[in-house]
Amino acid sequence: MVRETNRYFKFDWITIILFLLLVGFGWLNIVSASHTGETMNYFDFSQSYGKQLIFIFLTFGLIVILLGIDAKFYERFSSIIYIISMLSLVGLFLFGKNVNGATSWYAFGSFTIQPSEFAKAATALAVAKHISDLNTNINNLKDQIKAFVIIILPALLVLLQNDTGSTVVYGAFFFVLYREGLPKIYLYIGLFIVLISILALKFGAPIIAVVVAIISLTMYFLNKKKNPLLQSLFIILASTALCFGVKFFYESILKPHQQDRISLWLRLEKDPVKLEQMKKTFAYNLNESEKAISSGGFSGKGFMEGTRTTGKFVPEQHTDYIFSTVGEEWGFLGCTFVVVLFVLLLLRILHLAELQKSQFSRVYGYGVASIIFIHFLINIGMVMGLIPTIGIPLPMFSYGGSGLWAFTILIFIFIKLDSNRINEW
Amino acid sequence: MRQFLLFGSVILVGVLFISRLFYLQIYSSSGHNLFEDNAIRKVYDYPKRGFVYDRNGVLLVSNQPSYDVMVIPREVEPLDTLEFCSLLKIDKEQFIKTFNKARHYSPRLPSVFVSHLSKEDYAVLQEKMRKFEGFYIQKRSLRHYQRSIGANVLGDIGEVNQRTIEKQPYYKMGDLIGKQGIEASYEKTLRGVKGIKFIQKDRFNRNIGPYKDGAFDTIPEQGKDVHITIDAKLQEYGELLMQNKRGGVIAIEPSSGEILAMVAAPTYDPNILVGRERSKNFTKLFNDTIAKPLFNRSLQGVYEPGSPFKLMNALVGLQEGVLTPTDKVTCYAGYRYGNRFMKCHCYIGRRNDMISGIQESCNAYFATAYRKILDKNNNASEGIDRWSNHAKSFGLGNFLNNDLYVGQKGRIPNREYYKHVYPRTFYSTYTISNAIGQGEVATTPIQLANMVAAIGNRGYYYTPHIIKSIEGEGIPKQFTERKYTTIDKEHFEPVIEGMHQVYKRGTAQWLRIKDIDICGKTGTVENFAIIDSVKTQLTDHSIFVAFAPKENPKIAIAVFVENGYWGSRFAGKVASLMIEKHIKGYTTRKDMEDWLLRHTLENEYAKPYSGEPFKINGETAFQLVDDIEYKRLKKHLKQIESQN
Repeated sequence: MVRETNRYFKFDWITIILFLLLVGFGWLNIVSASHTGETMNYFDFSQSYGKQLIFIFLTFGLIVILLGIDAKFYERFSSIIYIISMLSLVGLFLFGKNVNGATSWYAFGSFTIQPSEFAKAATALAVAKHISDLNTNINNLKDQIKAFVIIILPALLVLLQNDTGSTVVYGAFFFVLYREGLPKIYLYIGLFIVLISILALKFGAPIIAVVVAIISLTMYFLNKKKNPLLQSLFIILASTALCFGVKFFYESILKPHQQDRISLWLRLEKDPVKLEQMKKTFAYNLNESEKAISSGGFSGKGFMEGTRTTGKFVPEQHTDYIFSTVGEEWGFLGCTFVVVLFVLLLLRILHLAELQKSQFSRVYGYGVASIIFIHFLINIGMVMGLIPTIGIPLPMFSYGGSGLWAFTILIFIFIKLDSNRINEW
Repeated sequence: MRQFLLFGSVILVGVLFISRLFYLQIYSSSGHNLFEDNAIRKVYDYPKRGFVYDRNGVLLVSNQPSYDVMVIPREVEPLDTLEFCSLLKIDKEQFIKTFNKARHYSPRLPSVFVSHLSKEDYAVLQEKMRKFEGFYIQKRSLRHYQRSIGANVLGDIGEVNQRTIEKQPYYKMGDLIGKQGIEASYEKTLRGVKGIKFIQKDRFNRNIGPYKDGAFDTIPEQGKDVHITIDAKLQEYGELLMQNKRGGVIAIEPSSGEILAMVAAPTYDPNILVGRERSKNFTKLFNDTIAKPLFNRSLQGVYEPGSPFKLMNALVGLQEGVLTPTDKVTCYAGYRYGNRFMKCHCYIGRRNDMISGIQESCNAYFATAYRKILDKNNNASEGIDRWSNHAKSFGLGNFLNNDLYVGQKGRIPNREYYKHVYPRTFYSTYTISNAIGQGEVATTPIQLANMVAAIGNRGYYYTPHIIKSIEGEGIPKQFTERKYTTIDKEHFEPVIEGMHQVYKRGTAQWLRIKDIDICGKTGTVENFAIIDSVKTQLTDHSIFVAFAPKENPKIAIAVFVENGYWGSRFAGKVASLMIEKHIKGYTTRKDMEDWLLRHTLENEYAKPYSGEPFKINGETAFQLVDDIEYKRLKKHLKQIESQN
């Protein structure tokens, strides 16, 4: 009997409470953002808030199932789960339903499901399985490539379905691989590419190419032993190619609406008339969401009192732009509360991951934290205008069953794995 | 070390987000202000502006509806400008110009785009207004003047300017506010308080419903009707008599201080300052710097009072004990002081006591009196201060503190005033011109009328005011309190008797009215203008003050007619006719009326601008109005008579 009780309480309740707080507070904001009319019935299942309530109830069932399954199941069947998940993504090309230009949904009557949300968890499992395999050495190029393939395959599939947002999420696995010993050169190259690309777009390719050349040549002449000529020349060549490559990519490959987003983000557009035009068209959401957040002030206008929320000024406010509701109605206090909840959740998961005895659990935990982190970074960053517009939901917060369940699966598999760490394996 | 990359990134991003939130929500946020929230539509409900009635209940000012097209530049979406312009009957340049002006004023606050639509345009536009986001129609009420009289009394309303909006946030762009006259001085009473409705909008600019179920909405408070002290009939009559002349007339009821008539000539039809033509007409009136129709001569015209001021000197002399009513002064057709001489039209050797001195307006008598007042203790400096204080107790030399929107202090000098010119020695002869109401003394018609009212009351006055009653409340206490002068009651009788003799035997004997005992005083004031930097004398101003009847006066009046020559020629006739009109309700002396309508002073007013040398006073021939104008005036007179 005592053993039975222990089994329940060895789950990490801090993570669970943080999860529940986010889901609950998220639902309150969905209510605000999606209610219409004066009379209000929380159980009106034709409304978004009503549907979300069903999703939340089903989530509890899902949690029971996830925690009930033997922990070994997840490791043993990770490859199969991954394969099924990839097949479900491929199947979209044949049976998928197109919503807003992305073919990411299976429709069963009025019920739709988005397999790409679940693919994130499947990929996390597969990556964990691959890295924790005794035969895998991440410093080995062959194993690196194998890991990359596992990650890039779903990313490529969702990209082909026009779901750019989900593609970006797979970048999260860089944190996982790096933690597990991916050579530092990847980090440097990655940072270098990101930095040079942004600078080249902002200040022009030729200027940045010349600046990089001058810096690397100076370094070569200061310390010839540490910076051999060949290496310096390679850096110059690569960065020049990168600068002009980015320029070409931006001007010729990106679609106009993507160009506009980047141009707005990097403040490339100076013409006030055109800026005004942007604010009324593609940047309308961003502009309205920033205004809504700003108008909340220190303590917000109060639950269901947001004038911009009530007036539905921010499109997609109950999904991707849910954070602007928090901003308007709960103010700086509410927003800070949400940011702190996310930071605590992430730190808690990372902390637990580091405590894991099994490498599989640790890698998986890292995968969970990385995926949630990327969502958190991009979604809130976008809503506040820090990051160009990329459509991905705020975990646990945004409206949508697939998203909620996918994150539930992601987190609770880890909680189950974690609960097993004290047990003999 | 590797595990810290993600760990650090999480904390870094958390800090970054909170800083950004701090910037958005605290540093750059102005907090939530319903008035600046463009998710909330503010609909103003303007209350009825109070009506204005005259003292007998005759409606003078009412309202008429008007429709303005308003714009909130920030909310304007691309629109079919061609259609919009043709609906508003404006061209595209004007559209762009007005729009830019509105945006420059404020992108988020409403500005007037086109004001005062006609009813037909309004009807057509209202149907299509939904197509033009950011524009809406605001209903307001404009004034409707029932009669074309009293422009200077009633004033007008116009759009508030930005300075007023900054000082008084009650007003929003496009609101109407009293600009002059009673509209300005009783703005808050007449205006009421506008109501506001907050309506929740959605992003398609549709109304969803009242914001918080109307918890912040207010209902408008109606403006209050007022009755003013003006007698519309007397006012209209006075304005008619003053046509083709310049000057001011003020008639006061001495027993209450109520202003019965306030004529400023030239005047204009108050209806021209209503509606779309307002700004054009206002500019025209404003730019007429010669006739100055917007200049209220009865309140703002500061003139040397001339002979009527002799009454003041007589009263001060009696009060100071330096004169008795029977003391006689010999006139040598003037008054010699030192080596200078002040002329008088008495015959040489005429001996005047106080009554005949007033009756004949003897300069020598009043020069003597003035010197006696100032030299009472052989100290002219003290003397002039005492003299000045007595005069000031009649409301001269300072603002009357009444409910009229404009006013002037006038000037009653004291020793301090002369300090720069006469720093050390000061003799009574230095300022001898004050004895006859010239020199440094200056008054406005309303001050002079008030002085006469105080004489008629034998020693006190009520502050002259324009408000008779306000719907549901009394009039301010300051207008019902007697203000006593520093002159004792018994000293008034000889002066009043002198004024009575002015009509019986003296300078106004041709202006007598049967059955009414009038007490009056003429005045003829020299005046000068600078023409091409040469000080040039113009025809004298004609001045007249009077009250009637002698006992329990019902009316006190002061009339100034610029360049009308001697007192009884123009001013005296106007005063006499208006007194009769007020007391009897009709006039008997048709020839005198006719004479006033027939004669114009435009030739006098043209002289300084003619660029040629000209003659003044008696050397100028009368000018008559042409027949068309004469017929118009006669017709108007008939209308006034038929009202009785």
